[in-house]
This record gives sequence, C-alpha cells and structure tokens, in this order.
Amino acid sequence: MKKTYFFFFFSLVFLLSGCRGSDIIVPSTPTTVDTSAGKTSSAIAGMFLLNEGNMGSNKATLDYYNYNTGVYHKNIFATINPLVSRELGDVGNDIQIYGGKLYAVINCSHYIEVMDVRTAKHIAAITIPNCRYIVFNKGYAYISSYAGPVLINPNARLGYVARMDTTTFKIDTLVVGYQPEEMVISGDNLYVANSGGYRVPNYDRTVSVIDLNKFKVTTTIDVAINLHRMEADEYGNIYVSSRGDYYTVPSSIYVINSSTNTVTKNLHIPCSEMTLCGDSLYVYSTGWSYVTNKNTISYTVYNTKAQVKMPDSFIKDGTEKNIVIPYGIAVNPITRDIFVTDAKDYVTPGTLYCFSKEGKKKWSVTTGDIPAHMVFTTKKLQNF
Amino acid sequence: MQVPKLLILSLLTIPTVLLSGNISAAVSRADASDWFYTAQIQRDTTRRNAKNSAKHSLDSMQYLNATVVVADRAQIKIIPSQTLHGKELENLSVHSVADAIRYFSGVQIKDYGGIGGLKTVNVRGMGTQHVGVFYDGVELGNAQNGTVDLGRFSLDNMEAISLYNGQKSSIFQSAKDFASASSIYMETKLPSFYGIKNNNYKVTTKGGSFGTINPSFLWEHKFSEKISSSFSTEYLYTTGRYKFTYRKKDGYDTTQFRHNGQVKSFRAEAAVFGHTGGGEFYDGVARGTQWKVKSYFYDSNRGFPGASVREEPGKFIHADHQWDRNFFTQGSYKKNFSGFYGLLLNAKFALDRLHYVSDPRLDVSTMYINNIYNQHELYASAANDFRFYKWWDLNLSADFQYNKLNSNMLNFAYPKRYTIYSAAATSFRFKKIKVQGSLLYTYVTEDVKKGSNAAKDKHKFTPTIVASYIPFDDIDLTFRAFYKKVFRMPTLNDLYYTFIGSTLLKPEMAKQYDAGATYKKEWKGGFLKNITGDVDVYYNEISDKIIAMPTSNQFRWTMVNLGYVEIKGVDVALSGTYAINKARINTRFTYTYQKAQDFTDKSSNYYGGQIPYIPWHSGSAIVGGEYEGWEANYSFIYTGKRYSSQANIPENRELAWYTSDFTFAKTLKFSNSGKFIKDNSATANNNFDIRLSAEVNNIFNQQYEVVRCYPMPGINFRFIVSVIF
Repeated sequence: MKKTYFFFFFSLVFLLSGCRGSDIIVPSTPTTVDTSAGKTSSAIAGMFLLNEGNMGSNKATLDYYNYNTGVYHKNIFATINPLVSRELGDVGNDIQIYGGKLYAVINCSHYIEVMDVRTAKHIAAITIPNCRYIVFNKGYAYISSYAGPVLINPNARLGYVARMDTTTFKIDTLVVGYQPEEMVISGDNLYVANSGGYRVPNYDRTVSVIDLNKFKVTTTIDVAINLHRMEADEYGNIYVSSRGDYYTVPSSIYVINSSTNTVTKNLHIPCSEMTLCGDSLYVYSTGWSYVTNKNTISYTVYNTKAQVKMPDSFIKDGTEKNIVIPYGIAVNPITRDIFVTDAKDYVTPGTLYCFSKEGKKKWSVTTGDIPAHMVFTTKKLQNF
Repeated sequence: MQVPKLLILSLLTIPTVLLSGNISAAVSRADASDWFYTAQIQRDTTRRNAKNSAKHSLDSMQYLNATVVVADRAQIKIIPSQTLHGKELENLSVHSVADAIRYFSGVQIKDYGGIGGLKTVNVRGMGTQHVGVFYDGVELGNAQNGTVDLGRFSLDNMEAISLYNGQKSSIFQSAKDFASASSIYMETKLPSFYGIKNNNYKVTTKGGSFGTINPSFLWEHKFSEKISSSFSTEYLYTTGRYKFTYRKKDGYDTTQFRHNGQVKSFRAEAAVFGHTGGGEFYDGVARGTQWKVKSYFYDSNRGFPGASVREEPGKFIHADHQWDRNFFTQGSYKKNFSGFYGLLLNAKFALDRLHYVSDPRLDVSTMYINNIYNQHELYASAANDFRFYKWWDLNLSADFQYNKLNSNMLNFAYPKRYTIYSAAATSFRFKKIKVQGSLLYTYVTEDVKKGSNAAKDKHKFTPTIVASYIPFDDIDLTFRAFYKKVFRMPTLNDLYYTFIGSTLLKPEMAKQYDAGATYKKEWKGGFLKNITGDVDVYYNEISDKIIAMPTSNQFRWTMVNLGYVEIKGVDVALSGTYAINKARINTRFTYTYQKAQDFTDKSSNYYGGQIPYIPWHSGSAIVGGEYEGWEANYSFIYTGKRYSSQANIPENRELAWYTSDFTFAKTLKFSNSGKFIKDNSATANNNFDIRLSAEVNNIFNQQYEVVRCYPMPGINFRFIVSVIF
C-alpha cells in the first residue's frame, strides 16, 4: 500500500509537471481592418503604434498598420526581436522616425530602443533614466528626461535634455526645468515644456528655450502650471498645453510667439493631447476633476491660420460615445485620416479608431494595452 | 458530537497531568486553538502522551485530531475550519504565515517574491480586503489599506493557523468575528509546564539562502498555578538577493539578480495568562475566569526591489526603502458567571507607523517620495452569551473601534473613523442538526480635517445563516451550508488618499453561498489509522467592487464602485494518518477549482474574463513521516494557468507553477547529566532536546512568478537548530 501510495503521489507530481507548458514569445497577430486599402498609392506606407502598457508590467508593445494591405499587426516587436531580453520594456512613452531609424522612448525601462525603420530590428538600446519624449534636428536626437541632477533639495530636482548623436549614440545633457515633457523645434531653437509634475503643488510654469547651435538655455518663458504638449505651426507660433491642477485650475492651450518668445494667447481649450496637420490643430481633452469626480471629454479642431476654434468636434458620427479614455491622436498628413486611440480601463487591450477626414469612422481594431503614440512611415516594413 | 467521549478519554489518558494539579497546563495549552479552554490539539496530545508512561494505551489517542480538555461554549462551532497546527507548521519548510496558508484550499496568496516581498491572502476570489486576520483572538487592523502582509508573521511562536470561510461559527465571540467574508486566526503558543518545571526555554537559530540569519528566543514562566507568562523575540536579517531567470522558447534567456530585497526586522512579544477557578457548572461550561494580556512590537527596515522590467542590467539600484513599526497591546477577559451567562471582553490599542522613501540621490530613475503614515487604533468589545438550554444559546456583542490616519502628504485629509459593530447571534444544536443565525449591524462615521469632505455615514445590516446536519448515527458524515452577506468598508486610502481617493465610495458587498460535507473514519488496527475528507462548493458575488479607475493619464487613478464579480468554486481537502510499528505518516491534499469572472462592463471585449491571478486549478500536498525521532516532510504547491488581467489573452497568460519542498529533522534528547538518550520514547530523565532541521525549497529550481514582473526564488536552503530546555 505504501508503494502504491508513493507511486500515485509521484505520478501526480509528474502529471502536474506536464501542465506547465513552455514560456513562448507571444506571436504577432494580423487583423485585416481596411479591405479597400492599397487601391490608391500614397507616400505613407504604414503607421507604427506604441502601446504604453501599465506601469510595472513590462508590457510596452509595438503595433504596425500596413496602408497597402489594410492589415493591422498587433505586437510585432517580440516576434521580430525574440532575442532581445524582456521584450520592449515598461511604459512606452514616445515613438518617432529619423533617417532610417525608428526610436521608441521607454519611460520606466529608462532607455531609447533604436530600431531599423524598414525591419523594426533592434539596433541599440541607449539608457537615459526617466526619458519622456524625443525630437530630432541636424543629426541629433533630443530627449527630455526627468532625471536631472539633485542639488540640495531632492524634491526640487531639475530635468534635462539629452542630446544624442544619431550615428554614434553619444550623449551630452543640458539641465532645463522641472520634469520636462514635450519639445518642439522652431528655427534654431528647441522649446521644452517643463511640468514640475513631481512637485505638486509647486508646478513648474516655464518653457525653456535652447539655442541648438550652442546647446545652451537662452531664455525661459513663463506660461502656466504643469505644461505638457507642444506643437509648432508654420506661422511661427508654438502651442503648449497646460494640464492644470485637476482641481480648480483648468487645462488649456497657450500660444507662444517664437520670434519674441512671449505668450500671446490663451486659447481656453482644454487639452490632453494635440497634433498639428496643415493648419488644423486636432485637440482632445480628458479633463479629470477632483471636484466633480468626473472625466469631461472633448474633441476640438483649432485653425492655426485663421486662429479660430472650429465649432464642431472632429468626430462627427457619434463614435465618441464608445471611446472611454481617448489616449492618443495622429493625423495622416496625406489622406488626413484621423487616428484616435482608446485606453479604456488601462489594464485590458485598447482600441484604435480610424476616422476619415470628414469625421466618420472607417475602421477600428484592438491594440495592445494603453495605445498611445503613433508615427507614420514612408518606408514599408519588411515582412509585415 | 465527539466532545463528551473525547473528554472522558482525555481525562482517563492524561491522569498525571490532572492529578498533579496542573490543570492550568492542560487548560491553557488547550487555549491555543481557540483562545480559552477548547479543543486540544494533536501535538500536545502527542507530547503529553510521550511524557506518560502509559504509552501504549495512548497510541490510539494520537490519531484523533482533536481532544477536549475542558469543554466550553466558545469551542462549539457549527462548521469546521481548516487548521495547521504547531507540529505541521514546524515541519513545513516555510518562512512565514503566508507561506503556510498556501496549503489551505480556496486560498490564493499574492506573493511579490523573496522574504521581504509583500504577501497577501485572497480567499475564494473575493479579494484581500474581505479577509479578516486575527492575532490571538483580536483582529489585526489596517484601516489605511485594508490588507495585512502575512509575510511579516513568523511561524516561530505559532501554535495554530486556521481559516474560516464565512465566519467562525462559534456561539460566543466578538461582533468583529462576524464582520469578514472569511477569517484567518493566528494563535501563538501558550505556556505549558511539565512536572515541577517553572521555566521553559527555546533558543532557535535559522539560517540559509539569501544571507538569512534568524535567531529567536522563547521563555515561558510559571508564577503560580494560576498565572504564567510568555516572552518571545526574534530577529531576522536577509539580503533578499537571489538569482532569477526569464527564458522564452526560441527566444531570449536572461539571468539576473534581485536587488534591494534586504530585510532587517525585530519582533518581541510578551504575554501574561491567568485563570481562576476550575471545574464546570454543568454541560461542560467551565467555571471561573480566564484572562490574558499581550503586547506585540515589530520593527522592520526593508528595501523595495520593485517590478522586474527590462532595463540596462545593473544600471539602477532600486533603492526604495520602507520602515514599519507596529505596536499593540491587547487584553481579553472571560468569565462564565453561571451555566446560563458568560461574558467575554476584548480590548486593544495599536500604533502603526509606515515610512516610505524613494530618493533620487540614490537611484537616478526615481522621483522623490518621503511619506510617513501613522495609524492609531482603539478597540473594545463585549460579548455576552446566554445559554437557555444545553442546545440553545444567544450571543449579543458590541464592539467599538476608532481609527486615525495621519500623514505628511500634501492636502492630506487626516481621517478619523469611528465604527460600531453589534451582533446578535443565536444557535440551536440538536443531535443531528445545528444552526446558527447572526445579524451584524455596522455603523461607520468619519471625520476629516477642516476644509476636506468626509464620506457619508454608513449603516448596514448583514445576516448570516450557518447549518450542519449529521444524517447517520454510525457514519461520521456531516453536511454543512451557509449563506452570508457582508461588506468591506472602503479603506481610508480608497476614500482619502491625496489625488486618488474618492469620498463618494460605497461599501463593497460580498454575498456567499456554500454547501459542503465532511467525512471521517478511524481504524484501530492496520496501516491506515484515519482519514478525513472535506468538499465544499460555493458561489460568491462581489458587487460595488472598489476598483482603481484611470483618469486622464497613467499616473493618476481614482477609486470607483464599478466592479461586479461572480465566483464559483470547489474546495477539496483530504487528510489521512498511517502507522506501522513506530513509523507514522501524515498526509494532506487540497484541491481548489475557481471560476471567478469579471462581469463589470458588458461592452468590454473581455466581459466574463477570469479575474487577474485567480487560477482555475490549484492544489497542494503534504506528506510527513516520523520514525524514532527522525522526521521527513515533503510539501508541494501547484498553481495552474492564470491571467494577469481580465483580458484572458496570450499576452497576459501566466505560466502554471509548482514547487516541491523537503524538510528533514532529527530531535536529540539529553538527560539531566547531559547524557544522550538513545531511546527516543524515554522521557523520564529528559532534560533538554536539540532539534536539527534542514530544508530544501523549490528543489527543482523552477523559475516562476506569482505576480507578473515579480520573480520568485529558485532552489534555496535553510537550516534550523533549536534547543529546548
């Protein structure tokens, strides 16, 4: 009986051992979203979408939409780069293309993933602690980072802009304001929005202006608290958004004249994210108020030439009712298709919506978790 | 039930203990599993038996799971608990109470890895905050976040750990015993003295992997037959450093070290126990008074390794740090004034301090956080039991609790919470049918500093009904069922945490339906001595579930009553004892099936998905053997496939895991003159024991995660030396 018993027991252990399975790289999944795709040729070959993934879950993922085939490929990075340890990392915060390279800023993994834009193959991972956003100019990448030097008070820690040579990946840094976020380049100047988000309620309220030739801060512009997004139009205006304080100070967009470096206007348009295409500044806002405990969502277009807010939402077919938390926006510069992402509850996959320039939904597709950042590519991605 | 029979048996078989007038030993030892008097436990029986010369007549006794020394109303429960006792706990190679609880069915532990990692318990899929954790009869509070880190409770001085689903269906208990969806009772060792001894000492040193060193000391002192004391202290140091591997099929294979998992902790506990009187009124109601006062102090300093995510290896040191200091004093007083009326008083005062620092001067990647939270708790309870007949009791109890939370956070609300619990319970106990009905009334009111808003007052009535039925006279088969409705209050963090809390929150409701059966059988001769089998099926509903909802960005969340979850499950437990000559084998198996579905949002693609970290299948096995002072124990835990999100997609799939642990131990006995006693059963001249134990955990070096991005240790070792005198 003893023997039988042990035999039974160890066979149970053995059986259970078989139940584990092996840990696989989750394969990329294609979904055909646009059956009419490919009929018109366009300079835009596709679009990359970076999903943030919830903080601490190492779930940043990369998706690709192929304009020619109309197929959306979910989660391509790990499939293309199975040997890169721990996939794309934790919290994807920005994605951009420069030259032949695709750059993904992975905030909580503290590095820039550099890939070949034609293959999405890993080229290098450049560590920059708490990196946020990336822009390019004359062979250099400029990356904003919260991780500036700690002087006397650890709570008053300035951020920096890292300047990275896009061929040698060598880095030097320049201290700016508190918790710098988005940047734009206008002329020979780099404008950096400082948020001070770690210093509640002592938010930063400045934009740092950096002379790109000298890589020195030449001036700072006082704008409003908790600055975040930036866009520069072709008329010399820079649009910078303030998040407000979530209580009584509302979010808004301010306009800076880049020749005088002064604030010329408060648009009184709340803004979570904006993107400029031609003369249209597409803005959405998910305004959380701790006073009402509600999100107020709006979709707005501002005409930068006429300097007027358009009367209507840029979504015109009622689809906005299905969008729980708009979290990213991009506009195809050629077709003017509008892409809006929905992050939903942040812990399940989100949705990407594609709207025609008339504001009618063309298609939607399931993405990774917290779809957020998009970039269009003119070079076809091989094998996808 | 078995009570009278066992009582007689105990009285007959432990005559020396009783005749030597050492009732206090018998009584207070018995307290272990239920605070006062109550069911005796196997270990004590075994030990005491070993100390008697009438050994053979006792053998059969050893295989009875519970014997009773002095029967009392407090011990009568309508439905049983799952319990692990001292000896079983000692032989399980586990570091903490959390590790031990994994061997109960229906339980999932969220383990963030390592000795210092947070370990919380989730019973039957309802969530950590629905579990009440009681330490020596009084609930451990954490009004701030509603969870208790069971990884911090050492097994060093633990006598028994019990899990009750629904509630402890005792007829004589505080109102708070009725106030959780399920409850864990930790009972520390109670002093017992053999013969003329007035002092017992136990010195233990544990050490092993992760640079762990863990000395502890226990001193029990007898002041008189009526008053005794116990003092226990422990220090733990561990580097918390271990290797872990992530390996993907046809992909990467990376091995790294877990950093910043070090823990330094110190615990001290002192207690005084007293009793007066003796004997019984009638029907097993003990005469006299029992009281106990206990103080507990815990101080720890630990690193926070954080989530293991992709980053440049070795670049960031992850220096986040947390200091905890917990202190409480609690007292209990119980008196049966007559066979009709008994009174139980409990009181507690607790101070908890938590200090968290994240310093960018140490780790460039973090933001500066330096937060201190101080909690104060005051608790008082009175329970009254009225016994109208031997089969009919009425229990009326009222508890008051005061909690205060202070912090150095910006815009902090400084909440104060006043809670009144009152319970009326009655039980009818006939030969075949036992029923308990209880109604709990809870009133909560809160105060905040000027300028903030307090949440609205809450009033709730929540009922429970518990029943058991024994259909046959000659077959030990018991059916049971319960229905319980209860809620958990939003925690003070849920309500008032700066930027996240929402004072609009309602309580989170839990409804439970359970039906089950226990079958027991014992044999006099043969190899198999006894078996016990338990099966329960249950259905739970959690409504108004408090969940974190994102606001305008990833870094800002708020709390809302949005969730709705349904849980269907099956718990199975099977245990048995085998004996051949001097060898004994104990076995225990559990299996849990849970289907816990999220039905929060109908429009979601993942509506009805299995909730995060609840496996469909899980189980455990323990096989322990004893022979001539040698002990060997094998324990096995299995957790099946599960998902880290209600989106049950391949990206969120978490691999099943299972660990196998081995323990080998030998107890050496020495005589007064320091001579080694070869005959292990000899006790007469026994002066001191040395117990040596070696453990190998996760022997197959499985690399696994309980929580995504929190890798668990692979194979590890521990050695224990104890001297008992």
